[in-house]
Amino acid sequence: MNIEGIVLTIITAATPLWLAALGELVTERSGVLNLGVEGMMAMGAVAGFAVAHLTGQPLLGVVAAILAGMATASLFALLTLVLVANQVASGLALTLFGLGLSALIGASFVAIPGQGIPTLADPDLVGVPVLGFVLAPFRALAEIPYVGRILFGQDPLVYAAVALTFGVWWFLFRTRGGLILRAVGDSHGSAHALGYNVVAVRFLAVLFGGACAGLAGGYLSLIYTPQWSTNMTAGRGWIALALVVFASWLPGRLAAGALLFGAVSIMQLHAQALGVSVPSQFLKMLPYVTTIVVLVLISRSDTLLRANTPRDLGRPFVPDR
Amino acid sequence: MRLELIRRSHQSRLMTVASPLLAFVLTLATGFVMFALTGVDPVAAIYVYFVEPWTAQWSVEELFVKAVPIILVAIGLAFCYRSNVWNIGAEGQLVAGAIAGSALPILFPAFEGPLVLPLMLLMGIAGGALYGVIPAFLKVRFGANEILTSLMLVYVAQLFVDYLARGPWRNPEGMNFPDSRPFSPSQTLPVIFGDDIRLSLVFVLIAVLVAWFVLGRTLIGFQISVLGQAPRAGAFAGFSRNRMIFVAFLIAGGLAGLAGISEVAGPTGALRTVVSPGYGFTAIIVAFLGRLHPVGMLIAGVLLALTFLGGEGAQFALGISDQTTQVFQGMLLFYVLACDTFIFYRPRLVMGRSAGLTGGSGS
Repeated sequence: MNIEGIVLTIITAATPLWLAALGELVTERSGVLNLGVEGMMAMGAVAGFAVAHLTGQPLLGVVAAILAGMATASLFALLTLVLVANQVASGLALTLFGLGLSALIGASFVAIPGQGIPTLADPDLVGVPVLGFVLAPFRALAEIPYVGRILFGQDPLVYAAVALTFGVWWFLFRTRGGLILRAVGDSHGSAHALGYNVVAVRFLAVLFGGACAGLAGGYLSLIYTPQWSTNMTAGRGWIALALVVFASWLPGRLAAGALLFGAVSIMQLHAQALGVSVPSQFLKMLPYVTTIVVLVLISRSDTLLRANTPRDLGRPFVPDR
Repeated sequence: MRLELIRRSHQSRLMTVASPLLAFVLTLATGFVMFALTGVDPVAAIYVYFVEPWTAQWSVEELFVKAVPIILVAIGLAFCYRSNVWNIGAEGQLVAGAIAGSALPILFPAFEGPLVLPLMLLMGIAGGALYGVIPAFLKVRFGANEILTSLMLVYVAQLFVDYLARGPWRNPEGMNFPDSRPFSPSQTLPVIFGDDIRLSLVFVLIAVLVAWFVLGRTLIGFQISVLGQAPRAGAFAGFSRNRMIFVAFLIAGGLAGLAGISEVAGPTGALRTVVSPGYGFTAIIVAFLGRLHPVGMLIAGVLLALTFLGGEGAQFALGISDQTTQVFQGMLLFYVLACDTFIFYRPRLVMGRSAGLTGGSGS
């Protein structure tokens, strides 16, 4: 396989981690640790696939995936923000619940081939009215050797991830809303004293995290492998959580980290294709082992980690009126 | 209208006991609605799930067979959670214990006699404990988050046992089935009651008693509580937080390892590609549902085992997907966490918008 092809597969493998981690980054910046990413992703994946299959519209599936992620996240928000339950335990509950419910809903969708979402440069879109015309430049630009398909021939959600990364960075560090969100995450007591509604800000941040995780799940079942299978998230939600730590809560580093993890997780496929004689189980361990190694490396450095860790991360807040 | 929480001056003793019961009732009610909505007769489904397993001797035995590993793991986890150490990788420690303990009968199949089983159990405990020490070490030495590292190690252990059972440890006379060679009677835990109840049930009872004593009556139990609830006070008292992280992971890993080897040297009788259907994760629910108290976890463990068994029955009798079990388990944890709020807070419904910032009248 050529370099261009490998880069393309890395980006595709990175995108679900990227999207989910980006949402969790915003959630954690507001001071809430939601360990339920895996569960929200699973719900997004099953909802996305089911709606796309039943309506024949993959884009509706994407919308459904986002909504399912948000709905699941709202359970978590209710539990941890309104009822101030322990965030770690609630996140675990969300993962167990989401994995179970998605498997239950998805039982009748197993082994049905999905439709998938075409890339912007897909030649099949030529005849489609309006869209075929609008996307013509992408088809032309994708012909550029080496970088054409990487820059112009991706599926729409890859561009969404790039745009969201810029959007999140801009929101967090260049807007008043972002300043409030970070203030709530760093010191909920002070933010409350200044008159900001801590619970409302956090609720919205958790919902945004859910939307992103749901979208990431939808990416898995609609684009990455267009089908539904039980537990298809395979720990990606947990890797996304590690990615946020790796990125030290900065959107730019998160994008780089997502590509790194995408590369690691795709390595096993390429290694198998090259006939490397390592048992497949060991290659499958790579993303998980890499996560541990990366966590260790990053956690050693105080400057990298401590500087950006939201100070009230994981601490429950009860307004004292 | 909105909900306001007012901190109680003392924990509500009533809610401490009532919360898990309330959570169970709410789970049942939600399950009832869920079944009704999906067109299943809810009364029949609830009956199959929660009552039928109690009606025959074989299924009651099966209930305790499933409860054994769950309770063993949960007791270990209680040491972690009480000291505010978040080990969620017990499933991996369970698998590690199963692998370490199985090494003996698989590598030395001719080794028989009264010594082999105790050695297997010890190796299982050691394997689980050593696997549990990895996240503890990474936490203490490098500050790496133990939630993520312990969970990642679950995937590593599951893939490794899959490799062993399909590869080097596969039974040469097993017609290519991905199982190890079956363990001989001296390499498996003896049945002590009925057809299926094995010696491992005694381990559970011992673990409950020892945990009750250690947690409630010894200095180490006191240190665990102090470091868990008031880390600064613990530090001033000279209790070492780092040592506690190691101790908690060692105990949890060791008990998970014991659960793992008791599974393979018990109901399964061989090392297979999958050691447990998620007992290590279910145990997390049991730990919370049982209030991190040994006796509470004993009861909660049987209840959660019931959902596993009921799930199998419901799939067989009513064609309900066995994934319903996981939904029930997740819901149960949701509800118990929600109900636990009222141990510490008194709820008050406020009509209209709150006075908010201006109404600083205190409590």
